Amino acid sequence: MDSELITVTIDGKEVKVIPGTTVLEAARTAGIHIPTLCHHDDLCSEALYQQTASTPHQGEHSHQHEESAMLSTPSSCRICLVEVEGLPKLHASCALPIHNAMTVRTTSTAIRHARRDILELMMSEHYGDCFACARNGTCELQKLCADYGVTSERFGRPHEPLFEKAEIGNIIVRDQNKCILCRRCVRMCALYQGVYALTTEGRGDHSRIATFMGKEMKDATCINCGQCINRCPTGALTERDDTDAVWHAIEDPDKMVVIQTAPAPRAAIGEMFGCEPGTPLTFQMNTALKRVGFDKVFDTNFSADLTILEEGSELISRLYKALVLKDNTAALPQFTSCSPGWIKFIEHFYPKYLPNLSSAKSPQQMMGAVLKTYFAEKNGWDPSKIVSVSLMPCTAKKFEAARPEMDASGYRDVDYALTTRELGRMFKQAGIELPKLDKTPFDDPFGTPTGSGVIFGATGGVMEAALRTVFEIVTGEKVESVFDHADIKPVRGFDGVRMAELTISKVGPVPEILSHLVPDFEWLKGATLRVGLAHGTVNAIRVMKDIEEGGPLSQCHFIEFMACPGGCLGGGGQPIPTDREIRAARAKAIYSEDATYVVRKSHENEDVLRIYREFFKEGPCSHKSHELLHTHYKERV
Amino acid sequence: MDPKAVHGFVGNKLSFSEVTPRDGIRMAAEMAPEDVVAIIGASGLRGRGGAGFPTGKKWEFARGQEGSPKYIICNADEGEPGTFKDRLILTDFPELVFAGMAIAGRAVGAEFGILYLRAEYGWLREHLDAALERCRVANTLGNNILGASDFSFDISIRMGSGAYVCGEETALLESLEGRRGDARNRIPFPVQAGYLGKPTVVNNVETLAWVPCIMVKGPSWFAAMGTRKAPGAWLFCVSGDCKRPGIYEYPFGTSLRQILSDVGAENAKAVQVGGASGTCVPPAQFDRTMTPGDLATGGSIIVFGPGQDMFAVAENFQHFFCDESCGQCIPCRLGNQRMLEAIGRMRKDGLTVDGERNVRQLAQTMTVASKCGLGQMSARAFLSILNNFSGELPGHV
Amino acid sequence: MDAQQTLRTEVEQLVRVHGRTRTALMPILQDLNRAHSYISEDAMLAVSDALNVPRAEVYGVATFYSYFSVKPRGTYVIRICRTISCAKQGDYHPAIAALFDELGIGMGETTSDGMFTIEQTNCIGMCDQGPAMMVNEIPHIKLTEASVRSILNEYRHAALAAKKAQ
Ligand SMILES: Cc1cc2nc3c(=O)[nH]c(=O)nc-3n(C[C@H](O)[C@H](O)[C@H](O)COP(=O)(O)O)c2cc1C
Ligand code: SF4
Ligand code: SF4
Ligand code: SF4
Ligand code: SF4
Ligand code: FES
Repeated sequence: MDSELITVTIDGKEVKVIPGTTVLEAARTAGIHIPTLCHHDDLCSEALYQQTASTPHQGEHSHQHEESAMLSTPSSCRICLVEVEGLPKLHASCALPIHNAMTVRTTSTAIRHARRDILELMMSEHYGDCFACARNGTCELQKLCADYGVTSERFGRPHEPLFEKAEIGNIIVRDQNKCILCRRCVRMCALYQGVYALTTEGRGDHSRIATFMGKEMKDATCINCGQCINRCPTGALTERDDTDAVWHAIEDPDKMVVIQTAPAPRAAIGEMFGCEPGTPLTFQMNTALKRVGFDKVFDTNFSADLTILEEGSELISRLYKALVLKDNTAALPQFTSCSPGWIKFIEHFYPKYLPNLSSAKSPQQMMGAVLKTYFAEKNGWDPSKIVSVSLMPCTAKKFEAARPEMDASGYRDVDYALTTRELGRMFKQAGIELPKLDKTPFDDPFGTPTGSGVIFGATGGVMEAALRTVFEIVTGEKVESVFDHADIKPVRGFDGVRMAELTISKVGPVPEILSHLVPDFEWLKGATLRVGLAHGTVNAIRVMKDIEEGGPLSQCHFIEFMACPGGCLGGGGQPIPTDREIRAARAKAIYSEDATYVVRKSHENEDVLRIYREFFKEGPCSHKSHELLHTHYKERV
Repeated sequence: MDPKAVHGFVGNKLSFSEVTPRDGIRMAAEMAPEDVVAIIGASGLRGRGGAGFPTGKKWEFARGQEGSPKYIICNADEGEPGTFKDRLILTDFPELVFAGMAIAGRAVGAEFGILYLRAEYGWLREHLDAALERCRVANTLGNNILGASDFSFDISIRMGSGAYVCGEETALLESLEGRRGDARNRIPFPVQAGYLGKPTVVNNVETLAWVPCIMVKGPSWFAAMGTRKAPGAWLFCVSGDCKRPGIYEYPFGTSLRQILSDVGAENAKAVQVGGASGTCVPPAQFDRTMTPGDLATGGSIIVFGPGQDMFAVAENFQHFFCDESCGQCIPCRLGNQRMLEAIGRMRKDGLTVDGERNVRQLAQTMTVASKCGLGQMSARAFLSILNNFSGELPGHV
Repeated sequence: MDAQQTLRTEVEQLVRVHGRTRTALMPILQDLNRAHSYISEDAMLAVSDALNVPRAEVYGVATFYSYFSVKPRGTYVIRICRTISCAKQGDYHPAIAALFDELGIGMGETTSDGMFTIEQTNCIGMCDQGPAMMVNEIPHIKLTEASVRSILNEYRHAALAAKKAQ
């Protein structure tokens, strides 16, 4: 790369930049804010480069065609216009790379007028009231209208909706009346998720965002990951709002309303209450949930640890079948199954590999299943009166909860899956100032906080938790003997695809709990366990391609897939905005929480050991656990 | 279909009929590429697609690029309302255009040419394929053209599918690459990263047709036709309310009045120069000349007779842009819709002071803020009509 | 072979002609559009699979260009120029009226026998000889009320003859 720096003058300030830096980026380094709408920090070239860096298939993209058009900013909203000395017209700073010294002005009467016109043009086809909008307060369009004093309606406003809002049956709800056609959703879906569920349809005055054949989202190849929602600057994309139904259940005296909370929302919900990203509010949230009226508050960490035991045991027994018994129905590598976006993704795009998926349900569903069985029995609750709610960072969890097969107990495992954003709204409606609350522990019997469960919220977390457990079970040694503080750093980080190895130099006796699965561990002695990780389904595509081509990932034994960039902490149901820096801050919160807990390994979670003693007495992957804790998948077109 | 069936009227003798394309290619084949660039540069030839960029400069720029392969693209998307010269050139002089492409290839070091033909000219396809075949047989296309060991060039034809914006060169490239015709960011330029990311020269049909003429007759012959500042001649497409619509060749510097008298439109009430993206000229300005700097033109001259309602004309143009905008950027997609509505309102109710201020401000924003030339020029016609014919609006005193 | 299989075979044949790259997308859609007067959902799915271009992208492209349609149209698609040089000719409105009258349909509609669809289009480069229209790929110029009726009759006869020949 040309390393000579170029000096540009922006609003009188001199900045030195690497050639190719955009004027927008240069202005930021000079502390000058230029408004943007079609640009998003996650969708700028640098972020996209990082997103795909250090993968086995560097430079190659999800689908066969090159994606240059998608990769470059569309510079279509034109709100980031600036003046460049010596050039006529105004120029979109997000698409203006610096190759020569230039003098730029980011504010002038002409610029302000143009920006205000652009905003008023957007409003001229915008139907909707801010007070009734899920994005009131986080809407970028609303904010800019306020900043630029858009008070008149010079170009008119529609008096009735121009489009119908399709809510029923859809988890991703689109309201095109609020869409400004910035295409962030289209690019996010394509470039991070590789799904390409969305496109621009039509031309000119007929342009709009649409799915293939203009189908509703529920009938499209959408995986419900919600990444599009999280990038949408307006209220044009939202998740189905289940808060009314949950309020209703809470207020029904006949119902026992139980909520489980996943790790990722705790590290993020504070952002909705003015906290810095990365402020964990786990126990304050428990207080708030009780205040709101939930009868029990459980920790999804419990079922995360349960998942590790089921999935880890499944891995051990698969390896045994494949490597020792030479049973070729035992598909390797085993794929994790806790990300419902990833599940729908593989069902749509790689159905051939469904046998590789772990049959273990996700922690959300496992918790739901034991709630209405084990817990109900133990406490004498009528399972038909339990309303099982979950707090998830994820919109796809709504889809998972609604899968018809998720009712092995005779009842829905989970009745309502709320996103972080929905719960934040419920708190606000209840007048709760979350950061100011006291701390309350989780309820028994699913309330032991464990580090292994918490890290499920970050990419690599499931793998780390699984490795801590599998290593100790197989070797009988402490994982700390290999990794300081049991921090398995090689699987952490944000690279799109990662791989790690762990050599099993000695083996121990098979613990009682697994004796029904393998006779001994001798066959694992000296073996090297190879694992892989991918987050953001576009990286999942890279992994799948590598596997198809017999590359290094095909040699892995276990691969963790997370549909969302950064894993659950970057989930589509998390507070808006979410971007690289915010994801990093949330990850930090998650790993520091892990470090503070006494129990940091799933197999040491006393609640989990108890349920195997009392309920799943035949151990993991046994008949009863299969019935309640495991599931199956289907091909989708 | 025989293209002659819709040939149309040609008002005067065209320079193109005086040149044998093969001679141009032979000269280029015998010359060093940089000398070809120099000749075109010296002639002062400017692009005929609308932007008027000096062709020699474009080629020089492309020649200096490192990427390979390089591409020569002939822009035959001719969609500007009132423009049909490329239709005639492709009907009567296809070999001249192909020769121009081959010479461009020679000049910049490209071996592949693509002719992007608008869907509406699909009926020319067979005729052009046959002409291409003739060129290959005559070895003015293909390998080792006319025996030159370092000169190979061939052309394929690709079709548009009905989109005016695909005449804009970056939208054209998107279309060729199998995508929606959304205009690209202008940096990098197509000569740096064009078709499939490779250095690409996009030239208009007429631009390319002049190339072999200049090679054969020399740059000074070409330059001598126009004025010192604007060398050369141009094909004008005349339509609308006149006695003899058709194609006319004029040197730069010709006055509008002269043209109107030649075509039989002395009583014109207004003339739209440059198509929907151009400007509307009132009689008081008929002495203006066809020169870059004065009346820049894409070759389109649409005459409006005394009976025409000029704001109905403006409405027609604005409707055109609403349809034909690629739709990606806000000032163009929504600006044109709001402008169209505003014209409808002023035709009905006249123009208030506030209303006029709003449309002028909107026009300004469309012009300075749109992403590509389509949006940037889409308010021009209306503004010039507003400036010169506001007396036609109801309630005007 | 069911309809979908036939389409897939057809697309494979087109892939052999135009290639299996993204740049083949437009030519393939053009051929399908010409052969069927529109590009059906199944056709787009077949193209998407054959070229490995996401189906939504195929749809985005198919809806951008005015010559393409994703909804069924008549065998003959009539595109009448609505741009200035044609629209301001004296014969323009009578010619359109004749079109509507003769076919008994309005703008954007298809005759019940599936023979004709009328659409509007922008300048087709026949401005010196307007009013003008295209019927599929063929331009018709200097339209008048009478010429429109006789042009339509010619297409009707052509269609009839083609049917008989079958
Ligand atoms: C909206 C729009 C439409 C255009 N249409 C055409 C066209 O139909 N034919 C053409 O040659 N150039 C067209 N151009 C200009 C091209 O972008 C490009 O400048 C030209 O093809 C370059 O060739 P030249 O240098 O030979 O003129 C259009 C530009 C714009 C902004
Ligand atoms: S999308 Fe934004 S501007 Fe529109 S109603 Fe919602 S908050 Fe208001
Ligand atoms: S939810 Fe995910 S898969 Fe669905 S459209 Fe949005 S980004 Fe694409
Ligand atoms: S739905 Fe949202 S993200 Fe997508 S184009 Fe519309 S405003 Fe932009
Ligand atoms: S100016 Fe119009 S045609 Fe050009 S990019 Fe913008 S919307 Fe598209
Ligand atoms: S205006 Fe109708 S063909 Fe040009």
